[in-house]
Amino acid sequence: MSPLDLLVAVPLGFMLATLLAGRAARWLILLAVPAMAGLAFWLVLVSPDAAYLIGHWDLPLGILLRPDGVARLMVAATALVIGAVGLHALVDPPEKAGNAAQAETFWPLIYLLWAGANAGFLTTDLFNLYVTLEMVSLAAVALAAMGSLEAALRYFMIALVGSLAYLLGVALLVARYNTVDVTLLSQVAQPDLATMLALGLMTAGLLIKAALFPMHGWLPPAHAAAPAPASALLSAIAVKLGFVILLRLWFEAFPAVTGQPALHVLGGAGALAVIYGSVQAMRQQRLKALVAYSTVAQVGYLFLAFPLVAGAPDPSGAWAGMMMHAVAHMLAKASMFLAAGLMLKAAAGHRIGDLGGLAQAMPMTVTSFGLAAVSLMGLPPSGGFTGKFLLLNAAIAQGAFLYAGVMILGGLLAAVYFFRALSACFGAGPAPREPAIRGVCTAAPLVLAGLAIVIGFAGSALDTLSAIAAPWAAPGVAAP
Amino acid sequence: MTAAFDIILCLLILGTAGIALFVRDALAAIAFFIAFGNLLGLAWLGLDAVNVALAEIALGAGVTGVLLILARARLLALGDDATCADTSAWLRVGALAACGGFVLLLAAAVLSIPPESGLDRAITPLMPALGIENRVTGVLLAFRAYDTLLESFVLLGALVAVWSLAPAGVWPGRPADLGMADGPMRRVAGSFARFLLPVALVMATYLVWAGSDVPGGAFQAGTVLAGGLIVSAIGGAIGLPRSDLPGLRVALVLGPLVFLLIGLAGTGFGGFLVYPEGLAKAAMLSIEYSLFLSIGATLALLVTGPNVIGLADPAGGTERKSDC
Repeated sequence: MSPLDLLVAVPLGFMLATLLAGRAARWLILLAVPAMAGLAFWLVLVSPDAAYLIGHWDLPLGILLRPDGVARLMVAATALVIGAVGLHALVDPPEKAGNAAQAETFWPLIYLLWAGANAGFLTTDLFNLYVTLEMVSLAAVALAAMGSLEAALRYFMIALVGSLAYLLGVALLVARYNTVDVTLLSQVAQPDLATMLALGLMTAGLLIKAALFPMHGWLPPAHAAAPAPASALLSAIAVKLGFVILLRLWFEAFPAVTGQPALHVLGGAGALAVIYGSVQAMRQQRLKALVAYSTVAQVGYLFLAFPLVAGAPDPSGAWAGMMMHAVAHMLAKASMFLAAGLMLKAAAGHRIGDLGGLAQAMPMTVTSFGLAAVSLMGLPPSGGFTGKFLLLNAAIAQGAFLYAGVMILGGLLAAVYFFRALSACFGAGPAPREPAIRGVCTAAPLVLAGLAIVIGFAGSALDTLSAIAAPWAAPGVAAP
Repeated sequence: MTAAFDIILCLLILGTAGIALFVRDALAAIAFFIAFGNLLGLAWLGLDAVNVALAEIALGAGVTGVLLILARARLLALGDDATCADTSAWLRVGALAACGGFVLLLAAAVLSIPPESGLDRAITPLMPALGIENRVTGVLLAFRAYDTLLESFVLLGALVAVWSLAPAGVWPGRPADLGMADGPMRRVAGSFARFLLPVALVMATYLVWAGSDVPGGAFQAGTVLAGGLIVSAIGGAIGLPRSDLPGLRVALVLGPLVFLLIGLAGTGFGGFLVYPEGLAKAAMLSIEYSLFLSIGATLALLVTGPNVIGLADPAGGTERKSDC
């Protein structure tokens, strides 16, 4: 028994169980949450030698599962997010009123997303990653379609283009190197035409999935229109898988192929994403569109970190900052979408101006929104602050003042747009509708936002965790 | 085969692709697309990639063709014009230049790679332990069984995603009736289907069995089964099942469930998806037979689309038990 396969097999089993259980399917989340939380905890503590080849088929043919620092952090954060969102959805049904098809299919889809995300974080095989990307994209598109079919169709088309570009790159790599395992590729990769083209295609496809500016166009309409639990999962998890695969490609498989200029293209796009996403978020009139554009900005930081990690003499700080930022964004953004969904149920309308009086009517939910905003703005103490502080440190140490400036500016702009929403909540307004909301619904975003704050105090623990089997610690960590 | 045959085949592929792109009538474009898919299948055969050829003809030409025809019929029913809209000449020229440039780059990259495959050398010594001859089945069900396991859930997830699109008020219900409206034609299609469905079942069962040693396997067999089911539904020989029918749910879940359980049972023999010694072939055949049923049912329901008829809706007709 190993948590590496159970973390995938158990949610898949739950997916089948929901399909057999019919209308009782939603109650299965009460079993799934403790089971998955336990498995994620086991994974965090498991020894690094727990890596193993599925079915004992050796590389280059087989598939290696490995509990490195990235996988530990992302699997644990995924369990927290889907667990909280699932309990929230159990009490506050995610579907459009009266749509029984959505009520029933929501559950198998989130288990598919859960299994796909975990499988993607744990594998080192680029083709296996393609399959997990399909699992996550399929579930994400269907969840987005529960809000707006048009936005979901656009997302579907562009996601398909991204998948095909990635798959073409995988095919080129198989032909060139006879392996698609990241740990093997790192030993044999050459900067020739086939490799460069493969890396370019895969990177372009994954940037679509990760919604990095200027390939973010599908994200704001899809995330803003989806039901709140679906938006939370899309922003927190679906875009992160693309980011993690890019980490595998750029820092593990092909550090010998990628040069400084290419890293700065990614970093530059990240910097533009921070500014563009923030400016767009400031201009939005609807609350969920504001939160969705904030995701565009926050994704930017993840890629702004690429040149900082690659350029640092000791990358441990920048690496930890990047991973801390990813985890903090998952927790805070899921919390914020859930809180926004509750606030909009009580508010008179979907515009920010309609939020008046909510601070008195639902103080706990507005508090969750505020705590999540603190982490997203990067105010201390929070996971967002620790992550951005580490990245800022790395930027200044390397003399990359442009990146440092963008990070500071992005934090200020985030303060502008989040305080606008928060101050509207405290303002006077029409009496909010009766918030018929039960305890779990209020607690889920509060717990997630609280965790986004608390991990700011656990900086050194997360730093140690993120460094396990990191590519810079021991280049080309061999298979067991 | 001979160079002349290859050249003619390539010209036919390019020709049918070109016509499918440029012809104005949507139905004609679909017909040429199906012909294009079949010719592409022949090309794969010529390259000794029999499994790819089977998949290309069954899924690329067959199922996709049916989906396109159904999509056209639904567009026409909505009153939309089903011909291609005009795009600006500059856009076309730009797209042509971009695609042409990309194809050249891709060709240069592919030609720069030496054509011998080192994976063959890795696979050959491992095959005897499996007790089967077909290397593709070996890859799908043993060496890369984890990928296949996850793919079987992707297919099931695709059906769940299609189900999620049903409008409010038709759940549980059933998809739109595929049966032909014209009475005599429906009877012809129906009697053909009554003949075809058993043949498809026998052929699919054989394809799974044969898949151990020669090209074939669960995915191809599932497609054949789905084809039989769809033709039967068009001819009215079988009704479409309501989506919450317990028997249907079991049929859909069976393949992924058996695969997952055999995978987990492997932990007793050394790890996830480890087959016990001597029982590898039995394990793989059990997985393939259950997968084939689920794939057949899933593909057929993917073609029929989401529910549009509620159970209370008089248009839904009488409650009819399906043997799907």
